[in-house]
Amino acid sequence: MYELAYSRPQSLADALAMLAEDEGAQAISGGQTLMPVLRARLAMPTRLVDLQRLPELAGIRSVEGGIEIGAATTHAEVATSAEVRAVVPALADLAGGIGDPAIRHRGTIGGSIANNDPAACYPSAVLALGASVTTSRRMLAAEDFFTGMFSTALEPGEIVTAVRFPACSRAAYIKFRNPASRFALVGVFAAQLPSGYRIAITGGGHGVFRWHEAEQHLDGGGAIVGITEDRLDPGHFTGDLHGSAQYRRHVAAVIVRRTLSAMT
Amino acid sequence: MTDITLTVNGRDHVVETEDRTLLVHLLRDELRLTGAHVGCDTSQCGACTVHVDGKAVKSCTMLAVQADGADILTIEGLANGRELHPMQAAFHEHHGLQCGFCTPGMIMMAIDIARRHPQPDAATVRAELEGNLCRCTGYHNIVKAVVAGAQRMGEPA
Amino acid sequence: MTAMTAPMGKFGQSVKRVEDSRLITGNGRYVDDLVLPGQTYASFVRSAYAHARIGAIDVSAAEAMPGVVKILTGQDLVEGGLFTLPSGWNLTSIDGTPARVGVHHALAVDTVRFVGEPVALVIAETRGQARDAADSVFVEYEELPTVVDMAAALGPDAPRLHADIPSNRAFTWDIGNAAEADAAFARATRRVSLELRNNRLVPNAMEPRAINAEWRSFDSSMTIHLTHQNPIGMRVLFMMLLGLESENHLRVVSPDVGGGFGSKAAAYAEELVVAFAARAVGRPVKWTAERTESFLTDAHGRDHVTKAELAMDDHGRFLGLKVHTLANLGGYISTSNALVVSYMYATMLCGQYAIPAVHAVVEGVYTNTCPVDAYRGAGRPEAAYVIERLAHLAAREIGVDQAEIRRRNFVKTFPHQTPLVYCYDSGDYEGCLDEALRLADYAGFEQRRTEARARGKLRGIGLSAYVEACGIGPSKLLASLGGGGGMWESCEIRVQPAGSVEVLTGAHNHGQGHQTVYAQIISERFGIPMDRITVVQGDTDRIQAGTGTYGSRASVGLSAAVRSCDKIIDKGRHIVGYMLGIDPGEVDFADGIYTSAATNQTVAFTEMVHAAHAATQFPTDQLEPGLVATSFFDPPNFTYPAGVHVCEVEIDPETGVTEVVAFNAADDFGNVANPMIVEGQVHGGLTQGIAQALWENAVYDPDTAQLMTASYMDYGMPRADSLPEFGLAFWPSPTPVNPLGMKGCGEAGAIGSPPAVINAVCDALGIAHVDMPASPEKIWRLCQERQEVA
Repeated sequence: MYELAYSRPQSLADALAMLAEDEGAQAISGGQTLMPVLRARLAMPTRLVDLQRLPELAGIRSVEGGIEIGAATTHAEVATSAEVRAVVPALADLAGGIGDPAIRHRGTIGGSIANNDPAACYPSAVLALGASVTTSRRMLAAEDFFTGMFSTALEPGEIVTAVRFPACSRAAYIKFRNPASRFALVGVFAAQLPSGYRIAITGGGHGVFRWHEAEQHLDGGGAIVGITEDRLDPGHFTGDLHGSAQYRRHVAAVIVRRTLSAMT
Repeated sequence: MTDITLTVNGRDHVVETEDRTLLVHLLRDELRLTGAHVGCDTSQCGACTVHVDGKAVKSCTMLAVQADGADILTIEGLANGRELHPMQAAFHEHHGLQCGFCTPGMIMMAIDIARRHPQPDAATVRAELEGNLCRCTGYHNIVKAVVAGAQRMGEPA
Repeated sequence: MTAMTAPMGKFGQSVKRVEDSRLITGNGRYVDDLVLPGQTYASFVRSAYAHARIGAIDVSAAEAMPGVVKILTGQDLVEGGLFTLPSGWNLTSIDGTPARVGVHHALAVDTVRFVGEPVALVIAETRGQARDAADSVFVEYEELPTVVDMAAALGPDAPRLHADIPSNRAFTWDIGNAAEADAAFARATRRVSLELRNNRLVPNAMEPRAINAEWRSFDSSMTIHLTHQNPIGMRVLFMMLLGLESENHLRVVSPDVGGGFGSKAAAYAEELVVAFAARAVGRPVKWTAERTESFLTDAHGRDHVTKAELAMDDHGRFLGLKVHTLANLGGYISTSNALVVSYMYATMLCGQYAIPAVHAVVEGVYTNTCPVDAYRGAGRPEAAYVIERLAHLAAREIGVDQAEIRRRNFVKTFPHQTPLVYCYDSGDYEGCLDEALRLADYAGFEQRRTEARARGKLRGIGLSAYVEACGIGPSKLLASLGGGGGMWESCEIRVQPAGSVEVLTGAHNHGQGHQTVYAQIISERFGIPMDRITVVQGDTDRIQAGTGTYGSRASVGLSAAVRSCDKIIDKGRHIVGYMLGIDPGEVDFADGIYTSAATNQTVAFTEMVHAAHAATQFPTDQLEPGLVATSFFDPPNFTYPAGVHVCEVEIDPETGVTEVVAFNAADDFGNVANPMIVEGQVHGGLTQGIAQALWENAVYDPDTAQLMTASYMDYGMPRADSLPEFGLAFWPSPTPVNPLGMKGCGEAGAIGSPPAVINAVCDALGIAHVDMPASPEKIWRLCQERQEVA
């Protein structure tokens, strides 16, 4: 990687000041996505500002109607948290399947959603559960947070501090793995909330999105078998070496049906 | 350059390092602990796996400066003299290695698996080894070794 | 807590490995672990283009960067007298002309021919500084059109890679008898044909390539630490290419080597450049490939496009075989590739079958891709894939069971001279088939298929009956086919005064467990514990002669060891004869004890050893003191391991995902020295073969010739959770060609398994063929077609 400087601020305020001070500075949390990017010399930050041990970003707490997870919480912590398992079991399942055990020990929820990799797992849960994202400046609804592939509503110098999920016992996540990278070729998070069904699909290529037609079908009492790919906008999908857009769209519909069937 | 303090295999070190230095390079080049290997650039192979504060991590996906203040265990710190750790013994017993390059990372991950899943079955071990690549063994005997090693770790010493 | 103890060795027992103790404790020593005084680090400037003319190279900015010691370009190497990289095999085309070998400069001069080809080298004080400066070397490229597809490369409008080689064709070589094959086809009443691609693979030894080279100006000598399968061979080659005075001016050390699979048997441009650079800067230079560099430049494997046709009678008896193969060479002919695509491949096309008339043509084609060379199996998997796919189709055509078609055509008597040079040594193909079918519960398969269908899965079963050629030799035969000869292996055994034994062999261990098996066999022969035996390999200062490890040739080296043991034991007889005052012919030796039946006296092996060194109990003018023996074993024939693999898959028709749910193999490796180690070799080979069939694929962009699969993010490596537990059995027919009756086992798994998997997939879907890898999308599309037909 290129030469860079590293800072580990002691407080959120210090971290924000460091990021504001230096335009080339980049926040790093678990670094499980950023480090390979840096090693490949695909990014050239002047300074890394380490958020992982900031007290303001730590911890899992119950909040009214749900649970709040600090941005620096690792995937392993979410996967094994009794609180998460009690309130949103599907979220714990999802976290327990991200990357591999070593990656889960370092990677964080805040880092994952701030990066918004179009093949990442977490964004689908955040979107499907209608979670809200707390940043150093504001609170954003999931819909407003994710703005496209590798793109979020975060402004320069703004960082995610926590994500708040509603309680939801009827939800499931299934990842259809890319046989090489093991990222989601297609990942589906489906949830049944008091407001109705919500289905979020990751891996399509342009970033996580909701399948409103399928949600409406279910809300209207339609059966799972009636959820077919012809009602899925092909514009959500791109193709690559591991699957054409057509194949991804087809698999997305299959995995949506399987995820719904797996919901308890 | 930054001075960092870390404990490696029970010994305290103060090391001056470039901020961009990866933990695995600090271990290998500065501390001359060459058991952790670099097998890829994309955090996939797991040959560099060590324990940081009791948890298996990929030391190629972490800066050395991020480990400031941490307690690190590497493959070199497992055996007590000639007394092998039960997981090392299991890899030997079950022929869980051939060329040996992935082995330190495999063993460090295997111990982590055993701590999180006492008495794991083969399917659990296979799933948990997703991030450790081996090109020699076809994993068959590694899986057997991890199952047996975890069993032994669970028995009273 | 357990400590390891060294047992007595015994042939045929699963003795635990001697080499494990250092490898499981982090005490292995691989090349990158070594740091020498005055160490510098190298980083390559590589072409981002697959085909381009090189213009000016501006190194001024890089030279001014911190820590930079030296920068070398292709021109510097030419001026420094470095030779170009050779093709190690002389192949002759059908028309009698020699293969056209494109000039391969270690650093490109004028033209680059594949993405990642090295163009310049930066040497600096640290790894990071070398890489930083390499990024600042500016190379002017004039892009040229590229070609990846072989058929296109042979076409009239294709860009030409080497100016002096028309149509990008290196050779058109053939084997067998075209007229006889034509006659067989004319006679045949049934035939099947097939067009297939054998997908390109990246070897992916977990330890990347690495070298640390050190020049000593005071005696003009060099020491190279090199991760390699054949350090002694590399000494001769590098000595010549670097223009060193003699073998004694170059020491090559290959310490622990983290896997090879053939990819570390080649001579590479990068290593040659680093050695050159060490002499140029007068300091040690180290280079370790990053994984991306490995993907781009480690010699790839396979990459054939083949048309094959099998002629039969109405009973499905094979009468004739015609094969035409385009073999992708890449931008240059790598060290052994001319051998791999010819005599390692086409000679094996008959498989286990008695096919009287065969003709095969192989065309070697240059393309803008990484050079191809030996990868586990090296030619033999490609041949097994062709004939075993044809056998599957033949069963369909004739309407008989997969096993039955094979039974009808098996070679049944040995030795068996094939129409393709080779003479199979021994075997029991039908017995082995029965054993494999028993292991796989073949009879119960249809029930499992029905049960799977109830779960919505398509279950299929596939057979593969492979035979391969190992233990390469004899030297004279190889030389007659175009090689340099010298395919023997040596072994020196030194017995020390206190009874410990040092074994020196030119074979090289990089995971095979040589240290264990050599010690095991010698322990048994001498009747001494294994921990008294040390095996020395991989250092040309210590090993005088040898040819390394590739082609499953442990049996060759072990045969040399056995001969040296016999020489030691025999000398012991003479010593004991003097000690007891009897004729050496009356001295017996067993279990570590010399005995005289006549006098009822005994002398332990260790006592004999003391006597040999004390030299007081025998006349030294008639019998020399000391106890050292050296043997060279030149095998009288190849060995021909064979086996039957049975694969069962389940396909999810909705997603196209194929899961290998069972894999059983019965193999004839001849006598097995250490079943535990042999099984381990099979597990690894099977995994690589299954992965070739289902996941692994090196893909170049057809327009730009960029490697699309240059990391583990895009190249589908097998992982623990994608494989079943394997079921193995041995069905040995010991070979007569070496004293141990061993045939070799290292590559068999990778040879037999790809056709077993694809045959199972075809069986599940009821289709004739699908190219590897049988990726989910490909299979899903086939399922769609199947539905439309139904």
